Amino acid sequence: MKPAVKRLLFYSGLILFWGLGSHFELWHETILPSPFSVWDSLVAGFSDMTLVYDLVASFRRLFIGLVVSILIGTALGILLARSITADETIGSMVLALQSVPSIIWLPLAMMWFGLGEGAIIFVVILGGTFVMTLNVRTGIKNVNPLYIKAARTMGSNGIDLFWKVIIPASVPYLVTGARLAWAFAWRALMAGELLSAGPGLGYTLRYASDFGNMALVIGVMIIIGVVGAVVDQMIFQRIEKNVLKRWGLET
Amino acid sequence: MFIEIQQINKIYTDKDNRANTVLQDINLEIPKGQFVSILGPSGCGKSTLLAMIAGLTSASSGDIIVDEKKVMKPGKDRGMVFQEAALFPWMNVTENVVFPLRKEMNKKQAAERARHFLQMVQLSNYADHYPHELSGGMQQRVSIARSLAMDPAVLLMDEPFGALDEQTRSRLHGQLEKIWIDTQKTIVFVTHSISESIKLSDRIVVMGTRPGTVIADTTVDIPRPREEHKQQVAALEEHIMGLLKTEIDKVINEELAYEARR
Ligand SMILES: Nc1ncnc2c1ncn2[C@@H]1O[C@H](COP(=O)(O)OP(=O)(O)O)[C@@H](O)[C@H]1O
Ligand SMILES: [Mg+2]
Repeated sequence: MKPAVKRLLFYSGLILFWGLGSHFELWHETILPSPFSVWDSLVAGFSDMTLVYDLVASFRRLFIGLVVSILIGTALGILLARSITADETIGSMVLALQSVPSIIWLPLAMMWFGLGEGAIIFVVILGGTFVMTLNVRTGIKNVNPLYIKAARTMGSNGIDLFWKVIIPASVPYLVTGARLAWAFAWRALMAGELLSAGPGLGYTLRYASDFGNMALVIGVMIIIGVVGAVVDQMIFQRIEKNVLKRWGLET
Repeated sequence: MFIEIQQINKIYTDKDNRANTVLQDINLEIPKGQFVSILGPSGCGKSTLLAMIAGLTSASSGDIIVDEKKVMKPGKDRGMVFQEAALFPWMNVTENVVFPLRKEMNKKQAAERARHFLQMVQLSNYADHYPHELSGGMQQRVSIARSLAMDPAVLLMDEPFGALDEQTRSRLHGQLEKIWIDTQKTIVFVTHSISESIKLSDRIVVMGTRPGTVIADTTVDIPRPREEHKQQVAALEEHIMGLLKTEIDKVINEELAYEARR
């Protein structure tokens, strides 16, 4: 059986169980609303455009935050890979920063940037930057020395060697870094939105919860999960697989 | 002389700060157009010596002079082919061959030149393929084409066929011999295979180990193609085997002694 078929059966079974459980009142509607209520709340949310605005707002923040964190992460990673002093000082701080969830920066960010966009985007940037930094650093440090030797015998050195050989050779690490940066940024975004003003998926989730609209809470959770899975598998894992294959790191 | 290797010594210090003399008093003169093999057991410093001619490694003392210029750093006058093809996986075959030409000619000229040398290694049909789509032997031919494309005065080859299967290797021997006759390049060819060195070269420099020194310098006086002179080949093979036997025994004894100490 194909994995896609297995998956389809699995999710159908899960929804069927959920529907039947709700139908026979194995649990109360306020604790876990039925799939029909969740569906209705999603339809309502999309037809009055609130969920559309939420998605647009969330993706806008995510996009800005992710692009900035990939740029900063790449620059910082290059610096750490090229300068031992930077690696020994800034590098240790990056490791420390990477080990904490970026949402702990939100209170400070709100003081600096107010309660709006700025604070959330700041948290998203912090979420993605350090994992990107560490991957870029590792990628550059792990370039096969044979490529460098070969390039040098062909008259390449200095800046040319760096941009034409070392950076392309580390692309597999850059792609993995970008995928992980997206995953961290996405989590940071949801946490940030839960704790701040709307619109946004996280904001609507909390708003629905405050008003006891459990159907919408679950609906938004499903959207968050689906977006996460789709972006990861359809975009990043696909790119990563192609790159690994071409770079000869996977058969 | 075209290549002059003068009184080369190379000493590495290991992590316990002990000096390890890898090459000792190497002196060689190689005339233009010669196909010379450097033959010796593994670990005798062949790769180190070749990397010095390429300018990738510096000597502890001594000089290397190629075409009247002292070798200080790598240069396009010395092409290098490694045991692994060292092709850039993010570039297709043509882009790989064009890499050393990018700066000195326009795209069209470079592509034309790449096509010419891919034809020489019989790979013109694979110009758009990526390295991971090629077999080991094909990759190695691309890397030979890439070196030849920059028109080096010397082609340095470090066990270029060592990782290939017997049949592929033997086919590539034929191709390399033809390329050498057509282009008249000076080739310094490192190998640990006696038969490979006899099959290909004008001259065999036999190296001993610990420390790496030249223990014999033999001219191969057998007409080409050498497949047709089996008896002479066998006689020379036996002669060189005799020279190397003591060296190989030395390596084995040292390894046994090392095991015993542990
Ligand atoms: N960068 C290095 N640092 C320390 N020792 C080295 C280094 N490169 C090579 N060696 C030592 O030099 C000796 C000769 O190496 P090499 O030139 O690769 O030999 P060969 O190519 O003949 O097998 C080996 O014993 C190896 O351990
Ligand atoms: Mg070697």
